[in-house]
This record gives sequence, C-alpha cells and structure tokens, in this order.
Amino acid sequence: MEASERRVISVIVVNEASVLSRITDLFSGRGYNITSLTVAPIPDSKYSRLTIVTSGSVRVIEQITKQLHKLIPILRVYEHADLVEKEMALVKFPVSENITDINTLCEAYNGKIVNVGENVIIAMVADEPKRVENFLKIITRYNPKEIVRSGAVALER
Amino acid sequence: MQISGAQMVIEALIAEGVDTVFGYPGGAIMNVYDEIYKQDDFKHILTRHEQAAVHAAEGYSKASGRVGVAMITSGPGFTNAVTGLADAYMDSTPLVVISGQVPMSLIGTDAFQEIDAVGISRSCTKHNYLVTDAKDLPRVLKEAFHIAATGRPGPVHVDIPKDVTAQMAEFDYSIELELETYKPHVKGNPRQIKKAMEAIAKSKRPVFYLGGGIINANAAYEVRDLVHKTGIPAVETFMARGTLSHDDDLLISMLGMHGSYAANMAMSETDLVIGLGARFDDRVTGKISEFAKNAGIIHVDIDPASISKLIKADYPIVGDVKNVVNEMLELCDQVKSEKYKPWRETVRNFDELHPLAYHEDTDRLKPQWVIERVGELLGDKANISTDVGQHQMWTAQFYPFSRPRQFMSSGGLGTMGFGFPAAIGVKAASPEKTSINFTGDGSILMNCQELMTAVEQKLPVINIILNNNFLGMVRQWQTLFYDKRHSETDLSVQPDFVKLSEAFGGIGYRVKTKDEFDAALKDAIEKDVVAFIEVIVERMENVMPMVPSGGSLFNMMLLEKKEK
Repeated sequence: MEASERRVISVIVVNEASVLSRITDLFSGRGYNITSLTVAPIPDSKYSRLTIVTSGSVRVIEQITKQLHKLIPILRVYEHADLVEKEMALVKFPVSENITDINTLCEAYNGKIVNVGENVIIAMVADEPKRVENFLKIITRYNPKEIVRSGAVALER
Repeated sequence: MQISGAQMVIEALIAEGVDTVFGYPGGAIMNVYDEIYKQDDFKHILTRHEQAAVHAAEGYSKASGRVGVAMITSGPGFTNAVTGLADAYMDSTPLVVISGQVPMSLIGTDAFQEIDAVGISRSCTKHNYLVTDAKDLPRVLKEAFHIAATGRPGPVHVDIPKDVTAQMAEFDYSIELELETYKPHVKGNPRQIKKAMEAIAKSKRPVFYLGGGIINANAAYEVRDLVHKTGIPAVETFMARGTLSHDDDLLISMLGMHGSYAANMAMSETDLVIGLGARFDDRVTGKISEFAKNAGIIHVDIDPASISKLIKADYPIVGDVKNVVNEMLELCDQVKSEKYKPWRETVRNFDELHPLAYHEDTDRLKPQWVIERVGELLGDKANISTDVGQHQMWTAQFYPFSRPRQFMSSGGLGTMGFGFPAAIGVKAASPEKTSINFTGDGSILMNCQELMTAVEQKLPVINIILNNNFLGMVRQWQTLFYDKRHSETDLSVQPDFVKLSEAFGGIGYRVKTKDEFDAALKDAIEKDVVAFIEVIVERMENVMPMVPSGGSLFNMMLLEKKEK
C-alpha cells in the first residue's frame, strides 16, 4: 500500500443546482474519502468555493483532482500544499465548569466565549485544523456537552 | 417568436441535423411526441423497450460517427434507459437522451411515474440537466450536443418536466455557447510529442497499443499511416477492432484476457508501449504490476484522468488522437523501420507458435467457424454487432475487420441485450451494408422484442445465434475455476427461435451443418427481412487463449495442440 496523506483540495464551481451532488457522488462512486467539506458562494460572482479535506496516496489524490476537473461545472481545482487553512469549532460546556480557565484556553486558540446561558456556555475557536484538534483534546477535562466543527476552509497563498 | 418547450426540442434536433430519433412515448413526454407527429424533418423509430432505444441510438452513433438521440418518458421509461446510458458512458459513445419528467409542481411529491432521473443518471452520464424553464432549453440542448460530441465523447441526459414542454418562450438556437468551465484539451503538447518520438526512435521493441479512442476520433487512417511509416507492430484493444485492416502485416491481433498469444507476448516483451486512445483497463492489462514491466509508456488520450490512472505514463500526451498522430507523422523520419526487423520477426514467431485457431473435432459446428465463414462471405460488406459473452470474444478474434466503425459491441459495461437493438441502429445509419448481429442463446432473449421494431421499420438485421444451450462465458469460468459446477448456466430449456422470429413477422432458420448455414445466410440476405439464424454449435467450446482474471498477460491458457 502506498502511504496515505491528508490533502486539502480547493474547488471553484459554477453555483448551480446539484453541483454539490456531482462532487460528492464522484467521491462515493470512486471510493475516495471526504474528511470534511465546506461550501459557500463567492461574493459577487456566479461561483462557489468548496474546500475538501481528503486523504489518499499521491496517485489517488492525482486521480481525485483529474476527476474533479472532468466535471462540467468545475472551473478550477487547486491542490497544493501551500494553503492557509482555518477551521472553526463551537463547544458547549456546563456553566458549572471553570469559565476563566475555558476563556483563557479559548484565547490561546483564537477564540472566546460567545454565549452564556442559564445552564451552559458556548465557546468558539478558529484556528488551523490541527490546533483545533489540539484544543478539543485539552478541553475534554471540562466536560464538554456538545462539539461542532465547521470543517476546514482554505486559500492558496 | 415564442414557441413551446416541446417545439423547441424539435427545432433543436433539426438544427443539429438529426435525421433519426429512437424512442418510446409516455405520459410525461407526450407534448414532445405531439410535435414529432406534426413534423417531417426526421424519422422516429419506435423501439419496443426504452433500453433498446438507447442501444439503437448507440449503434447508430457508432456506425455513423454522429451523436445518437433517444427519447423516453419519466419513471420506468427512464429507469429502463439507464443501462443504455451506462453502456454509452463506459464506451464513450456520444448520445443525447431526452426524458420527460413529471410537472415541476409535482417534483418531489412521489407523483405517478416520478423518479429522480438526474440523480440516477449523474454517475452514468458525461453530464446531465434538469430543465426548469423553457427559456433555458435552447442553450441546454445546444450544450448537450456539444458536450456529447467533444472531448472524450459520452452520453448527455436532458430531463424536461411536462409543464416546461408546454411553456412558451423565445427560441434562438444561434446563441454562442459560453462554456467557461468546459474546454477539452485537443492539441497535444508539441514538446511532449517530440520527446515521445525520440523515445520511439531509440526503442528496440516498440508496440503500438491502439484503443477505441482512435475510432471515436476518426483517426484510423492517420494511425494506419503512422504504423506503416514506422514499421512498428500494433496490437488492438477490443474497442479498436478495424483500426488496422485484418490483412495488415503489422497488425498482431487483439490483446488482453482473450487476446492472441502473439499480442500478449509482444506486450510483455516490448520496451516501449505507444498507447493511442486506449485506457489500460483490467481486461487488457491483466495483473497490473506485471504489465509491460520493462517498457516505457507513451500515453496519448483526450481524457487527462485516463493518463496515469492505472499505469504510470512516462510520456503523457493529452490531446485529440487525430491531432497528435498528425504531429507524430511530421516527426517520424527519425524512426527507421528497418531497425525493427528483428523485433517484427520475433512477433511473427510468437504468432506461428500459437496462432488464433480452433479444432474442428466435433460433430457439431464450431462457433468460430461460423464467424470466419460470415467473414469470408461478407467481409467488408457487413457491419458487425455482437451481444456479450463467448460469441463476442470469438467475433473479435475471428472476424476479418477491414475498416473502423465496422464493429459495434458493448465493451466496457458488457451489456447482454446490446447487440440486436444496436444492429437496428447500425442498419438505420448505414442501410447499404448488411447488418449482422452475432449473439448467443442467452443474450438474444434480453432484447428479442426488438424483432417487432425491425419488422415494422424494415430494418433487416440478421441475428446469428450461436446456440450452445449455455450461458457460455459463465459456463466456461465455472468449468475452469469452479470445478465444473455449472450453476444456473444450463439453458437447455429454450424457445423455438425459428417460430419466435416468425411470430413477429421475421424469418428463422435452424442449422446444424456448414451447407445449411451457407444456404440460410444467402436466403436471409435475399429475403431482406429481419432474421434469426440459429446455429447449433459445440456446447463445451472455450474461448482461448485466456488470461485468468488477475493473472499476468504472459501466463495464458492456450488451445491444446493436436496432431494433424
């Protein structure tokens, strides 16, 4: 087996009906992985931008980019290592946890407490996916009740 | 002027120069069929099953080189057509398939005969559209024909809700297409081509590996030039049969699972594979790590995704094979034909050691004889279709093909039931040739209702049923790899094929001897009506050579030698 590595692929597509299905069908039909996928329109254009985090051998990644290119509504596929990547995570904690500690941790990961309720607080961090992962490991001791990750977004430098 | 969506479909087909449409009406497509009734510009051929409509369009396209058109209704009409779409997708056949859909207001309500057609066809078409407004129809239909025919060709599916076919809108088919995201790469990189030609000049044992892309690109005659100028031997894939003429000294034969000994050995011994419009599929390569192990690989293909997908190409060239071969011809003076004389000698020796052959050692006729005999009698005068199975491989091995677009078969998907409707499409596209469909007793029953189409449309396809009372290819695998446990492959219970054909108004023959066969074929050609010629052939005959699935190309099971 060839070594499998994590890759971020950034795709610009025409913002039209079923374009997202075309892409996800391609991944499932050909047996490729999707670790995360984000999509949103590019302002003032008819295009949307997708960021797909996937993994595979060099050959598989090459096939993925070529197969993506083949889809008719795809304008561009960027697949190179030099991308600036960010991801956001929201975490719900019981209000009884040490809020000062949590807040300090959040700040170290580019985040803050964004909502305080009667029973729970919600914290937000936005950082590189690896650091977000790290953050989520650390905060397990504060008994997080719910975690949601946005998936990565990326821009080539 | 405003016209209805249904009228737009007709106008677009006329503007595209379509002369034949294959189809089957139904509720959701009725507005379009109403306009078909009113027009006289193209012919509509009513098949008796939607799958057959798409296969017929494929046959028409493969024989003519034009975009085939099929029309079907929503729901079951569409799902019946899916096999045809998948077949065309696998074999890169340009089609536009138009389906009706339930009205927009009913989409998503599980309405009568509703199915998510574009959801289903997405993975088996080059592209598809659900048209939600009649004003989009001219652009969508124009794009559909353009996308189907350009780049790596393929089927495009256009799904039109019933209310959209009734909606009025402006029709202007002279619009310029703005396909910003679709720009196939047709011109090969000159530097890569130069390097490839230098590699050819340096090589000692090169082989041309010719694929179906050559037929699609109408590049067979350019390829013939290149092969002859360089003096390099060539193997053909199943899909490329007819690229070189059968009597060409430089044609080794077909390669792959049922390729000839010489073709597979040449591919294993070569030091440079020159791949033109071929995609290194598993039936060709056998065990991939052993395939052309010591060879450099030149790979010319219009689809970048085909290059280095399975075999790493040393000289990748993305482009239309016709353009690239023309560029190669410009540079081929450096390639000296006499240099390859010893290599050609080696290949000839391979062929003499184990030629494609069979033994006539049983009372019953051998299926291979039947195919060779048709080749002797009709040769170039016939277009040949096949179904899928043993008869298909024997046809590819033993029919003397002499021109591109003479052979239509289901290569990639391997669709039993393809042959007869395809042969109907072939006959519609080129009526001056005899349209022969070699088929088996298994395959023919998968679309035998098309006897009715052939009778009604006076398309006298001759179906030669090589009847071994078996699902032969599966039986062969069971004999060889499943210890002769012939699970559900014995087809001893059969219809009377002669009466079956006659019941529809065709003619039928049952033959057991060579003389009977000759007489039946002659009679069928003279009668000029659809025919079944059922030939009782040896039951246990195997297709040889054979590379067992996953085995190396050079490890072939071979025809047993017999003392004369």
